[in-house]
Amino acid sequence: MNKTIVITVLSLALLGSLLLAAPARKMIQIKGSDTMVNLVQILAEEYMGKTPGAAIAVLGGGSGTGITGLINQTCDVANSSREWKPKEIDQAWEKGIKPRFFVVAVDGLSVIVNDKNPVEQLTMAQVGALYRGEIKNWKAVGEYQKPVSLYGRQSNSGTYVFMQEFVLGNKNYSADMKEMNGNAQIIEGVLQDEGAVGYVGVGYLFDQSGQVRKGLKILKVSKEPGGAGYMPTDKAAVDSGDYPIARPLYMATNGKPKADVGGLLGWISGPEGQAIVEREGFFAIGPNHKAQNEKNLR
Amino acid sequence: MRMNPATEEGTERAMRKNKRRNFREAAIRAFFFTCGILAVLVLLGIFATLLSTAIPAFREIRPSEFLLKTNWDPTSPEKAEYGILSMVVSTLMVTGGALLLAVPIGIGVAAYLSDVAHWRVREILKPVVEILAGIPSVVVGFLGIVLFGPAIAKVFHTGHGLNAANGSVLLAIMALPTIISISEDALSAVPAAYGEASLALGASRWQTLVRVKLPAGLSGIIAAGMLGMGRAIGETMTVLMATGNARSFPHGFLDSVRTMTSGIAIELGEVPYYTTHYYALFAIGLVLFVMTFLVNMAADVVLRKYQEKER
Repeated sequence: MNKTIVITVLSLALLGSLLLAAPARKMIQIKGSDTMVNLVQILAEEYMGKTPGAAIAVLGGGSGTGITGLINQTCDVANSSREWKPKEIDQAWEKGIKPRFFVVAVDGLSVIVNDKNPVEQLTMAQVGALYRGEIKNWKAVGEYQKPVSLYGRQSNSGTYVFMQEFVLGNKNYSADMKEMNGNAQIIEGVLQDEGAVGYVGVGYLFDQSGQVRKGLKILKVSKEPGGAGYMPTDKAAVDSGDYPIARPLYMATNGKPKADVGGLLGWISGPEGQAIVEREGFFAIGPNHKAQNEKNLR
Repeated sequence: MRMNPATEEGTERAMRKNKRRNFREAAIRAFFFTCGILAVLVLLGIFATLLSTAIPAFREIRPSEFLLKTNWDPTSPEKAEYGILSMVVSTLMVTGGALLLAVPIGIGVAAYLSDVAHWRVREILKPVVEILAGIPSVVVGFLGIVLFGPAIAKVFHTGHGLNAANGSVLLAIMALPTIISISEDALSAVPAAYGEASLALGASRWQTLVRVKLPAGLSGIIAAGMLGMGRAIGETMTVLMATGNARSFPHGFLDSVRTMTSGIAIELGEVPYYTTHYYALFAIGLVLFVMTFLVNMAADVVLRKYQEKER
């Protein structure tokens, strides 16, 4: 009998606390790019810590998923690691969605291999040829007898589309490419596979202590054969455009952001947000993007 | 003569009661009929939805091209291609491989449980097998990435283990509980007299098991295999994580493969609605549906033939 009372009281208390803890207002739903999900999660946590009453949920799923989400109004902000395609913008307008774009960080997309691989540097053309399936063995680009094993993302990934447009020259990926579920899985694959080559956002290259993950090698990439190669971790090279595979990361809203979303985006564009962007291994945005963001907030 | 009013009232009440009972009877019957037919309605509904969403795909894709071409690349910047043969073959390979592993082991375990094991061992083993069925597929997929994949890579010197063999092993693990528990039920359901008669005729326990009990329980064992196959062919998360998802036509179990389920799962999240690509994904679903339907039909036919022979 006593037990029953105790259990009833406890469960009522639990229910009550759950009800009290439930958010008093609507959560900001952010969805999209897997490359950005960790970064935006950390930004959101810091922002919620500083701003009483802010409630933000961040989901991955790929850039395409986020963009579809914003168009179908299942999220408030869409993260994408690529520009929206004209088709997607048309689709949004048809549904009465007027997307506004905020560049929140710059990513040096890095080409990675297993550290058993002696190759140090590739040209853009060689990276493209590898992923189109034209180079089948590493001996074509260096002193290494090993079949090439390709690791890439799935077609809902902004990184997949960006690579295809920018590095593969709008040609098909090799059908032999293994299509992995996210940046972390590509790294997992490259760590185990001596013939591997993969591409991931620069934020995924480091472990907790800020060192490049053990067993991983980041390749230098040059624009032209014989040209100087640069690392995606070299901020100056990414800023100046010497590192050829860099791209802006976008957050998109429907029309002028409402007060809560606008507050978040303004803070991310500001010095505090950008310091976190740099801390997480991405690069801060330049003055042009910053000015554009401020204009979009108004 | 007038009837006694009390009796009249009594008859009326009895009649009303009777009526009410009849009504209740009818209502209960209607309820159970609805429950019974609900499964059929749901099945028909799913089939109709699939069919109506899949058919528009063939306004732009020739059915022969869809079924017989091996290249699938709907988002290609060069030329969108919609051939699903590689995915169909991959699905059959992974599922077939899983059954090759799971059916013999499953029957072995079932025979051990029903015939050989001490009852105390059985009391422990049966729940363990059932727990195996409760492991979430993403956990199994994770094991594929960190455990079976590297092991396969090491054994076959392939560099990586994200291939059809890995998928088969994982799906075998997932199909095993179904196969074991249904086969075990089938073997336990064989009348004790069969085994006793066989032993009395001088057959050894092994002969009794293989020549008498397994054939007698065959219908249940085939059903077990079919249900295991159903579990394997539709599984998505595990193969998505562990088989590498390469689109090329598979030439062996050590190639990376993309099954039909992973193909749908990867692309349905981002596909623009009401495009050829969208409809084509539903068409893959339809093909998968027809495949499982045929498997079940075949099982049914086999079973019926077998039962007729027994009679």
